[in-house]
Amino acid sequence: MARDPGNKQRPGPLDPLDQPRKGHRSDETQRQLYPPGADRLASRREILKRGGLFALAAGGFAAAWPLLRDREGKQALEQEEVVRLPEGGFAVPIQSGVPDFVVVHGTDPMRMLQAGLDALGGIGRFVQPGDKVVVKPNVAFDRSPSLGATTSPEVLAATVRLLQGEGASLVRVIDNPINSPEGCFHRSGIKKAAEDAGAEVILPSPVHFRMLAVEGADLIARWPMFYRPFEGVNRVVGVSPLKDHNLCSASMTMKNWYGLLGGRRNQFHQKIHHIVSELAMMMRPTFVVLDAMRAMMSNGPTGGSLSDVKRMDTLVVATDQLAADAFGYEELLKRDPAKLPYLALAQQRGVGNRNWREVPHLEITV
Amino acid sequence: MSEKPGEPAVAEAPRDNPKRGSRPYRRSLSLRITDVRILAQAFFFILFVYLATVTWFSRLGGYPVSLFLEVDPLVALATALSTGTVYRNLIWSLWLIIPTLLLGRWFCNWMCPYGTLHQFVGWMFAKITGKDRLEANRYRPLFRTKYVLLLWFLLMALFGSLQIGLLDPICLMYRSYTTAFAPTYDVAITRLREAMPLLPEWTLASPGIKHERIFSSAVAVGWMMLFLVGMNLIIPRFFCRTLCPLGALLGVFSRFALWRIDRDTQKCTDCDLCLMNCEGASDPHLLLRSSECFACMNCIEDCPEDALSFRFMPPAESGIAHVDTSRRRLVFGALAAAFTAPLARMAGASDDRTFSPKVIRPPGSPAEKEFLERCIKCEQCIRVCPTNVLQPATFESGIEGFWTPIMNMRSGYCELNCTLCGQVCPTGAILPISIEEKLGLPPFQDKGPVKVGTAFVNKSRCLPWSMETPCVVCEEVCPTSPKAIGSYEEEVIRWDGQKVLLRKPFVRPELCIGCGICEHECPVSDDRAIYVTAVGETRSKGRSLLLQSSAEADEQEDREV
Repeated sequence: MARDPGNKQRPGPLDPLDQPRKGHRSDETQRQLYPPGADRLASRREILKRGGLFALAAGGFAAAWPLLRDREGKQALEQEEVVRLPEGGFAVPIQSGVPDFVVVHGTDPMRMLQAGLDALGGIGRFVQPGDKVVVKPNVAFDRSPSLGATTSPEVLAATVRLLQGEGASLVRVIDNPINSPEGCFHRSGIKKAAEDAGAEVILPSPVHFRMLAVEGADLIARWPMFYRPFEGVNRVVGVSPLKDHNLCSASMTMKNWYGLLGGRRNQFHQKIHHIVSELAMMMRPTFVVLDAMRAMMSNGPTGGSLSDVKRMDTLVVATDQLAADAFGYEELLKRDPAKLPYLALAQQRGVGNRNWREVPHLEITV
Repeated sequence: MSEKPGEPAVAEAPRDNPKRGSRPYRRSLSLRITDVRILAQAFFFILFVYLATVTWFSRLGGYPVSLFLEVDPLVALATALSTGTVYRNLIWSLWLIIPTLLLGRWFCNWMCPYGTLHQFVGWMFAKITGKDRLEANRYRPLFRTKYVLLLWFLLMALFGSLQIGLLDPICLMYRSYTTAFAPTYDVAITRLREAMPLLPEWTLASPGIKHERIFSSAVAVGWMMLFLVGMNLIIPRFFCRTLCPLGALLGVFSRFALWRIDRDTQKCTDCDLCLMNCEGASDPHLLLRSSECFACMNCIEDCPEDALSFRFMPPAESGIAHVDTSRRRLVFGALAAAFTAPLARMAGASDDRTFSPKVIRPPGSPAEKEFLERCIKCEQCIRVCPTNVLQPATFESGIEGFWTPIMNMRSGYCELNCTLCGQVCPTGAILPISIEEKLGLPPFQDKGPVKVGTAFVNKSRCLPWSMETPCVVCEEVCPTSPKAIGSYEEEVIRWDGQKVLLRKPFVRPELCIGCGICEHECPVSDDRAIYVTAVGETRSKGRSLLLQSSAEADEQEDREV
């Protein structure tokens, strides 16, 4: 079939509606190309090209649709991709002949912590050079340090410095606060303390959460966790203040793990004691520090007044978080541990020993 | 222009003007006035985005984050009309008024970030060419609209209803950034960070928050932005020429400008090429409309005859100084304002008898009528709010309060130790109170804390009250000391015979400050079992709840002892 040679060189017609466009031909050209009686059919090449495109498109759909098929609509249901914390948690092997918790009185958190860890077998028992550590303070509220609602910055800084002094290659400080994270980390002094000591602070953001599977837990068997910072980490240290709590009476080292979870945490209060025991089961830390430098004695867990706070100048450094909490509850808060259900529940879960008097321990003053 | 090198030669042989074949000329390294203008536009646009981005808790660091609003003469004038005062930094608008009285509407095409956005979108997406383009830049009677709008806005302000923020370009720009652009951008970055965890957090517009931000008005604000920007594809600079009330105000000032574009009728050949890139549609080919000209200088660059120049006091005959609006239209605008202002008030949304329980204003706000005289809907407070509690209202506070900030305790709560909203507010619709003043700490103990509302327990939805299930999250998170939420302890025999110890929450209204964290954390998440309403707010006596505030009661007790 004859091609139209004049398509390119043709000058533009005056009528703007008849502007030359690629592939379009004026009626005049068409009349010349297809005289009366001529077969009005596109060129063979055109037919092959368009036919090929059709086959490609139809074949593509025919191949893709069965691959994407979901007969029952399963895609609409939640797909759970879960993560797990390492078997045995982040605890270090038991060492005989050393206490499970040490109560240290003093005023210099660095020396107190050092002494406490020495009594537990030396910091070298807990961290080796190259280890990566998550440190979990309690930064739940937007409060200044003096109000005792959050971990003391000095205690946190001392923890970070000791870990790094022992050669930890990375120390991350994380918490998922109740109030807005930026404000909490700023006002509590934790961000500055952590960063000055050389730790990395990671604030929670939606990208950090993963669905955590907790073996043996009933209530938090599946719960969104602030998980990303734990990737590549092999040691976890909890540093939590000793506080009164309106519902579960006290917030100490076990309750501190609350800040590792996300999701609908506000449902926890419906079975708060079970939750605390499950939190302790979820996280088996390398060691914990119960910070009673400034203890919140009333109006907890938020406090807000200096009259709620009592200066105790005490730290409890422990590998048994349950024993530490039981001690703190009885000896520091001066309350009756028989009336704190989560201690018994945690013991049933095998977290530790709530009869702290039976547990090897030490009380020192530095 | 005197800075052009070969001016005499050009005058002698205009046909050889190198600008005619514009391409080779563009390669030259010399900076033309329009290049300087583009640099200025880029600078101010980047400055705007920077300031909007640092309007954030962790970034504030003393920047004048509301600078663009504080130099905006429309904000200063309208609030001066509504309040009789020029608040804090609004005096800075002199930096814009005085140069405008000299040079005309230069702001529109040299500094205004919204104008730059419009120009950029037109340049990028609206490829109008040839004669069509020339026609698109002719003046149209439609462009008078902005003067009628301006008059309407200013008279509304005089009646105490500040509505300039609906269309003021700087307010629009800040609002669009806060409610539409920044959250959308963060959605994209968050997706990216899921794939690339190493992407640092500071790449987010709003870092350090637990949840992606929620804005009930995002669609309206975002689509309005898109519509106005998209109109450039049909009429170039549609917003700036037709609607912009700030442009109209600067246009009124421009009639007094000492410098303006002048066309040398001896040189002009009436080719109309000056219209090709005319941003303001100011008729540089005829009698220049001073009030429409953006001083973009494109016509000077485009003129093949060098007939156009930006000059000091050209002859009055070569331009039209007055604004192209008949007195009758202005009278109509005035009547419209006189009619609409009382109508809006009549709806009762700002009245102490009929106000909505949802209109919970940020701490530091004056009483509702004074608030409405000041709020320009720029949403800087909403941008800086770390908890996302502040939301642009829709109709909760009446048509007048459209897009003014109210608190939604489901999307956030008022952080106890935070007064950032008042720090960034450019107009004093939220006054910059200190933490001490907000919390009623010394030296403000006699005034007591600022309350924004009061919490109420809905006993029929509360887990311990109505469902025999322990909870009291509200009591736990209550931040006041002593707590404004207490609980009765009660042991009940549950339906299945089990003994349950329940603690049933109640509110102590004299202690409650309405911060709403109880509502925010309540596990009955759709229709909260504890919720805050505006009653009891301290900013207006007419909305109080108790006979005495706790501070007053204390004082009386002290006296009686």
